[in-house]
Amino acid sequence: MADPSPWQATRPTNQGSGGSAVLSMEPEDVDSDGGHHDYDDPDMSKDSQGRNEGSSPGDDFRQRMSQNMTQMMWQAGTQGAKKAWNVYGNIDILRPYFNVEPREVRRRLLYSLIPRKPTAQKQEVPRELYGPVMVVLTMIALLLYQMKSADHKVADGTLMGSALGTCFMYWLGASGLVWLLAYVCSVRIVMVQILSMIGYGMFGHCIVLFLGTVIHTSHDHLFFYLLWALVGGLSTLRMVCIIMSRASGKTERIVVMATLAALHLLFLLYLHFAYHTVVEELSQVFDSQLVPEPQSAAAADSVMEKSQAAVP
Amino acid sequence: MADVEFHSEEGSGSLEGDISVPGAARTDDELSTLDEPVRETIMRDVKAVGFKFYHVLYPKKSQMLLKQWDLWGPLILCTFMAMMLQGSTDEGNDRKTNDGKTNDGGPQFAEVFVIYWVGASVVTLNSKLLGGSISFFQSVCVLGYCVCPLAISLIVCRIILAAATQNIALFVIRFLFVAAGFAWSTFASTAFLGDSQPRGRKILAMYPLFLFYFVISWLIISHTHS
Repeated sequence: MADPSPWQATRPTNQGSGGSAVLSMEPEDVDSDGGHHDYDDPDMSKDSQGRNEGSSPGDDFRQRMSQNMTQMMWQAGTQGAKKAWNVYGNIDILRPYFNVEPREVRRRLLYSLIPRKPTAQKQEVPRELYGPVMVVLTMIALLLYQMKSADHKVADGTLMGSALGTCFMYWLGASGLVWLLAYVCSVRIVMVQILSMIGYGMFGHCIVLFLGTVIHTSHDHLFFYLLWALVGGLSTLRMVCIIMSRASGKTERIVVMATLAALHLLFLLYLHFAYHTVVEELSQVFDSQLVPEPQSAAAADSVMEKSQAAVP
Repeated sequence: MADVEFHSEEGSGSLEGDISVPGAARTDDELSTLDEPVRETIMRDVKAVGFKFYHVLYPKKSQMLLKQWDLWGPLILCTFMAMMLQGSTDEGNDRKTNDGKTNDGGPQFAEVFVIYWVGASVVTLNSKLLGGSISFFQSVCVLGYCVCPLAISLIVCRIILAAATQNIALFVIRFLFVAAGFAWSTFASTAFLGDSQPRGRKILAMYPLFLFYFVISWLIISHTHS
């Protein structure tokens, strides 16, 4: 407790003209003052130097510019690092949402496909994020698998990134939208519950994607449509029932329910067709290039002969 | 000001004690690492890394991987795998894509690199969130070292791919090797990380780990370019 008093006593005298004995402490004091003045002081001194030397305004400007830039970069960097550190330090905030037993996760995954009839009683929604995060990660792996197993020949770093982005953005974006609508339409549900509900709902997507990839019928999409209607429909129905049981207004809740159902079902269609059409188009492109294009018959014939000669 | 005087009186008392720096030589007999030859320093680190690889390949209950973590092994393995899995861009070797560039569809260096490190951090973060008693870098170290069996299976795959023309039998052999590497990696990391999780939660922490190694295995098995 003894330390601060002399510091505070000396600081004002530094700025004033000063005539007391304390002035002798000044240089040490400024040095040990730490980071508070670090950012401001160099600027001031540089300014005065520039004026004294009478250097060209362009140089001065450039110098100041570069200084400002470094300062900004440094501050942005430290802020980012601090933020990351704080997030990592505050990991305990998220911990309650990951507090589950394996048995519960299994049960919730199963029940995400079994809709319950909405009654007057509110249906329970878990406030848990472990299951949803794992479902999203599984989905990313499945999308990667789908691309690879379809013999996907593209610079595929970007597609892999897009798979990651698609899954997480759908999860967070759809949850945000539904939350907004639910808030406007007075549905009694909080953000974490929506995240959990939609995340578990994506388990149905995973099943459909997996089966659609393993039992691969390239041109006939009937099998996929069946799965889409059955599994996707069940998981959608489950979520719609939850919203229905938790909403008070009769007409408003239809908006939320319709949005949720449309988002959920269309996303599954998108996932299937976006990647499959890419795959099909690409395979067509490759086929047409492997078998030479019918531009001129003679050229094609010569290429054919070459390729046949090269084969053995 | 009165406080200062009070303190200055008390400050005259002598301060004594031993300053112990963890890791520094405690007595004069012990060789300080400051004046030893560079070769010895490097060899000691290399030996430590090699010993950890041995531990991964022959997993038994040991805390060494956890206590003295380093990121050398993971870095070496990651760079090695990324280079081996790198898609070829040789002209004439592969089919041309639309824009005239050649690419056989193999993963790029950066992709493997990102999968490796981001995957490891996601698995670690998950185990932290589940209440695991393990530090971030310890877990990343173990996960990184445990890719070693998969890296070996990748070498085998490359040899098979380079050696002969491909057929079903060779694919089955490659598949078996990769599957063995996958099982081995998962088993080894489970042996090291399993104890840090609260009881009954083990399977929750192991699932993303399984997914992580699965994706890497998939990259290896789908890499068909010799």
